[in-house]
Amino acid sequence: MRVVARAGAPAGAPGLQQRAFDVASIRRDFPILERHVYGQPLVYLDNAATAQKPRAVIDAISNFYLVSNANIHRGVHRLSEEATGAYEGARAAVRRFLNAREAREIVFVRGATEAINLVAQAYARPLLRPDDEIVVSILEHHSNFVPWKMAAEATGARLRVVPMTDAGELRLDEYERLLSDRTRLVAIGHVSNALGTVNPVAEIVRLAHARGVPVLVDGAQAAPHMRVDVQALDCDFYAFSGHKTFGPTGIGVLYGKAELMDPMPPWQGGGDMISSVTLDEVRYAALPAKFEAGTPDIAGAVGLAAAIEYLEGIDRDAASAHEAALARYAEKRLSEIAGVTVLGRAAQKAGIVSFVMSAAHPHDIGTVLDREGVAIRTGHHCCQPLMHRLGVPATARASFAFYNTFEEADRLAAAVARVKEMFG
Amino acid sequence: MSDLRELYQEVILDHHRRPRHFGPLPGANHHAEGLNPLCGDHLTVHVDVEDGVIKDVSFEGAGCAISRASASLMTDAVKGKRVEEAEEMLEEFRQMITSGADGPVEAGLGKLGVLCGVREYPSRVKCASLAWHTLHAALESETETVTVTTE
Repeated sequence: MRVVARAGAPAGAPGLQQRAFDVASIRRDFPILERHVYGQPLVYLDNAATAQKPRAVIDAISNFYLVSNANIHRGVHRLSEEATGAYEGARAAVRRFLNAREAREIVFVRGATEAINLVAQAYARPLLRPDDEIVVSILEHHSNFVPWKMAAEATGARLRVVPMTDAGELRLDEYERLLSDRTRLVAIGHVSNALGTVNPVAEIVRLAHARGVPVLVDGAQAAPHMRVDVQALDCDFYAFSGHKTFGPTGIGVLYGKAELMDPMPPWQGGGDMISSVTLDEVRYAALPAKFEAGTPDIAGAVGLAAAIEYLEGIDRDAASAHEAALARYAEKRLSEIAGVTVLGRAAQKAGIVSFVMSAAHPHDIGTVLDREGVAIRTGHHCCQPLMHRLGVPATARASFAFYNTFEEADRLAAAVARVKEMFG
Repeated sequence: MSDLRELYQEVILDHHRRPRHFGPLPGANHHAEGLNPLCGDHLTVHVDVEDGVIKDVSFEGAGCAISRASASLMTDAVKGKRVEEAEEMLEEFRQMITSGADGPVEAGLGKLGVLCGVREYPSRVKCASLAWHTLHAALESETETVTVTTE
């Protein structure tokens, strides 16, 4: 356990009621946080785009290549056995991380995007008929919108979009109204990448299941920052990316209930996804191999398992509380600067702060902050329908992880004050 | 901060705050829409070409200080020029913002030279070039509005 009880709040912090989090010790686990950019200590606030990696992850990947590298499955030699053990061990770690019933319900993919595309291709497309409906929300990232749009266009089905309030909360009354006997699937984000809204996923699933409709949850922004229990949520599919979860790029996860994934056809053909092949007939492998054609990202899975083990070693509830406290503090500091508007005021919000300034476009904000050593993301955050709804072309977004500090939130605010100074 | 001042020179901030030739252009006979899919910036350029001369030009849309100032400076620079001259300026401008830090700044570019600081910021080059790509598309088009992207 890395969390320690500490008296008093750090300088500049609001009165923290929850246990303080031992950030200094956590930061030592992330070598990149020692970097300087433009002569200033790096303030990394682009965690919703990708998170930094603890040394344990970097070492696990490097160690795999230094010691155990081989292709998995069917190898009879020692190294292949080790690699297979590490890869399947990673699947077991993910099962534990999501509290899935069985390891075969965990499919390794490239990332949340690929996971959603897999479901769109192998679950939705064969099922959809003209005038069928898929329900998504206005908060969705393009990766949980475009695959459904493509499936709808190919089949004559339609997308129905759950609206939100001005605070950035989904309208559950409207959602309930959109569910009908034509609804074939609900696809909803767990946490909004652009506004930080935490959606009431368990309630969304309950309402859909009451009408026999399965639910896919895009967990890209949730898995890194809160405990996820797919059995408690009772969702049918859950997708997340390794690289946002303090693991490497190139690996991600699709969880799917076995009873839904078993009857699904494969979506890519190749090695490792068959049980037998003759010139006349191909028999497919069982779950999860059926959805893992070709050599997977073995080292990526090993790195993801190391990230999961790292997260299991910290107090995750305290980590989430620390992230949310940082974001609320940053919102307060930013709101004190004239001309700054924080977007998204949901009651349940993760460690994400989206804002705009009357005097400067988000890109200009991003460039000035960069020279101050503060890394944020600017643009539409792959949420153009949401940007239209908000009536802005883009926003500036600071996204926090548990290794960030209140001092860094202060540096963000100071850098934004410089923008104000330059642009008036 | 000093190098930031090189990017955001007073002239750029001034054109950002008070863009010239901003708005619709009644009577324009060439139009194009420019998109930067990277950031969602979006602008429209209207041109009134008569006898091979850019009689008038305007732009509309939303974007950052760099894209707005670049569009504003461009309209100032090409108004009254022959189409071929504008195309030459486009080429010189493109070379200026994509050359290395010590690349030449053509004297012929005049005021447009203030945008040379962009070349130190690879992620911002497309902001500066969007207006020019859009102008080029407008000049090549007939009456239909065409769409270009920076990707």
